[in-house]
Amino acid sequence: MNIILRLAICSIFFWSMTANCQSKMTNIKGGTYTPLYGRDSLQVTIGDFLMDVYPVTNQEYILFVTKNPKWKKSKIIRLFADESYLLDWKSDTIINVNQDLKSAVTNVSWFAAKAYCNEKGKRLPTVDEWEYVAMANKKLPDARKLKSYNEYILSWYEKPKTFKKTVGSTFKNYWGVYDLHGLVWEWTSDFNSVLVSGESRKDVDNDSNLFCGSAAIGATDLMNYAAFMRYAIRGSVKAKYTLRNLGFRCVKDN
Amino acid sequence: MEKLKTFIGNIGLIALTAITLTSCGNTSEKKATTNASKIAIKGTMKAELTAPPFVPTPVGNRAAKKLIVDMEILEKEGTMADGTTYVYWTFGGSVPGSFIRTRVGDEVEFTLSNHPDNKLPHNIDLHAVTGPGGGATSSFVAPGHEKTFSFKTLNPGLYVYHCATAPVGMHIANGMYGLILVEPEGGLPKVDKEYYIMQGDFYTKGDNGAPGLQAFDMKKAVDEDADYVVFNGKVGALTGDNAITANVGETVRLYVGNGGPNLVSSFHVIGEIFDRVNVEGGSMVNENVQTTLIPAGGSAIVEFKVDVPGTFIIVDHSIFRAFNKGALGMLKVKGEENKKLYSGIKQEGIYHPEGGTIQEMPNNQKVKTVKKKKTLVEKIAAGKNLYTKTCFACHQANGEGIPNAFPPLANSDYLNADVKRSIGIILNGKTGEITVNGKKYNSVMTKQTLTDEEIADVMTYVYNSWGNNKTNVKVSTVQQVKNGH
Repeated sequence: MNIILRLAICSIFFWSMTANCQSKMTNIKGGTYTPLYGRDSLQVTIGDFLMDVYPVTNQEYILFVTKNPKWKKSKIIRLFADESYLLDWKSDTIINVNQDLKSAVTNVSWFAAKAYCNEKGKRLPTVDEWEYVAMANKKLPDARKLKSYNEYILSWYEKPKTFKKTVGSTFKNYWGVYDLHGLVWEWTSDFNSVLVSGESRKDVDNDSNLFCGSAAIGATDLMNYAAFMRYAIRGSVKAKYTLRNLGFRCVKDN
Repeated sequence: MEKLKTFIGNIGLIALTAITLTSCGNTSEKKATTNASKIAIKGTMKAELTAPPFVPTPVGNRAAKKLIVDMEILEKEGTMADGTTYVYWTFGGSVPGSFIRTRVGDEVEFTLSNHPDNKLPHNIDLHAVTGPGGGATSSFVAPGHEKTFSFKTLNPGLYVYHCATAPVGMHIANGMYGLILVEPEGGLPKVDKEYYIMQGDFYTKGDNGAPGLQAFDMKKAVDEDADYVVFNGKVGALTGDNAITANVGETVRLYVGNGGPNLVSSFHVIGEIFDRVNVEGGSMVNENVQTTLIPAGGSAIVEFKVDVPGTFIIVDHSIFRAFNKGALGMLKVKGEENKKLYSGIKQEGIYHPEGGTIQEMPNNQKVKTVKKKKTLVEKIAAGKNLYTKTCFACHQANGEGIPNAFPPLANSDYLNADVKRSIGIILNGKTGEITVNGKKYNSVMTKQTLTDEEIADVMTYVYNSWGNNKTNVKVSTVQQVKNGH
């Protein structure tokens, strides 16, 4: 009975998507890279994993809260999401006229994003995994040194209201993943391990792993500036925060 | 009861301090600063915040209070110059941000709100704050959230505030700076007019004048290669109808800041001398200053009495910034002329270094007395040479002029309508409002000391350039105008 109901819902909501009622994922081949904050001695190794091709949409999230009522706007426990949780939605399962079912769901907390991924048998990506995939452009797995790549990201930061765009409206990167840059910020599982105090000049002096002097002082190149802003936003939020420009996507171990 | 006792005790202490202070003579000022932390607050008020060029009401005699400041951060598109827009990041919706006015001893309760539509976290570092990061550490706030912190104002002066979130340079370059004034007890001396001016440099993908929405250019910012250097966030924020005003006889006080991010300002008002300058916004007063240096992240308070009417041009005297990058404002002063202070042109005549008669240089070569008539091409070439020496500074390399200050010569309806009128302007100068290509200009062009032939050449060059009507201006026409025919 339950299965039939699920299938029915699937066919209603996901007629345009893949048949297995799971959002599309793509293979990411692991590797070793130097993150923004790293020196050569601080390289990070990533294993193989699968990543959602698109950020989670309003449509998918409606389905999630329908099945898991405790994550509904009206039922949410304040400990798990602040007052802005699903702020712009009209009701528990209906979005507003100026929103789009195919846009990334935003105003969701880290707790909510984590629960969503768990429910799908997935998890949130780590900062290192997310950054690893996000350093690709259309052609290269690591395009961070390219001027055009960095300019694209920086220009996105200046465009207002990009959270209104629908998923898939930016470029498909080397791995086949869309929208890592250009729509919304995305939650990561360990976002709060970023040691940004909010006083960026002080961070320069901190001899911490992140934002060590070498990264910050050498930050004349655009590569670091673009990434700095992602680390800044991660450093500014708490797990119960919800932001109009912050959504998420899930990953799964291979 | 216990409280009352403490209160009375405090009064006693304050009275004692006051007595000690008056007996200290020269060192009293220093002591007053150190003791500002002990000033008791009396009551609560909401701070009045103003957008430039205006400032809030002076503090006057009011007691130190708990001062509530609510400031909202908005990322929004605005106009940089005619036809050019830019996404500004702002404190309170304006560049520079809202002006905050406090007095020594105020306890400021500062709430920083980050609009939900904003993409980035921000914070605020107020140079008036004594404490780590100037408040930055306590005010780091995500979009859709707000943070409150408080501080006591200990040192009087004019201070810059700015965002200090990584990358700091980019946040400042996008307009995140403003001024906070801490007045001494009893307030600053009363003046007739007060204004708020802040300089900033901007770095855009396209060069100065490129149309459309221009993105921030990090490379140029790092190279300190500014496309725009402006007062109050945009070209023309203080010119034409936006000019600041005063009446003859009034004392004007300008609170001037420099947000940077990179450039230092050589602040100057053409045709005025600053009677008093609070150097670097601090307590040291310098008198009779022509140009005052304002560091990036610094300020100055300048004061002067306006004695004669007219338009006074406010510039960064690193002068290419003023005429080519936008660092130009205007103070319009109305009132009676005072010929004793400034006569205007009294007399004009011809200057002969060797006396009125000898004009030929002693020369072995034969001086050609009959001049060959120039061809059109020769006239244009000679005219172009003159143009770059004489006209270029105001009317610009391609005759495009400077918006709101100097009218264009390129494709100019005003120019093409009347050749003799144009010749007259070169001969006699021009003051007052004119309309060129649908835009009003109210500036001054001085009379040019050129020969008749030179005028004919330069006019021919202008008329045969940039889409004008190709008139070949003859020397005889110039002479006609000169002789009033």
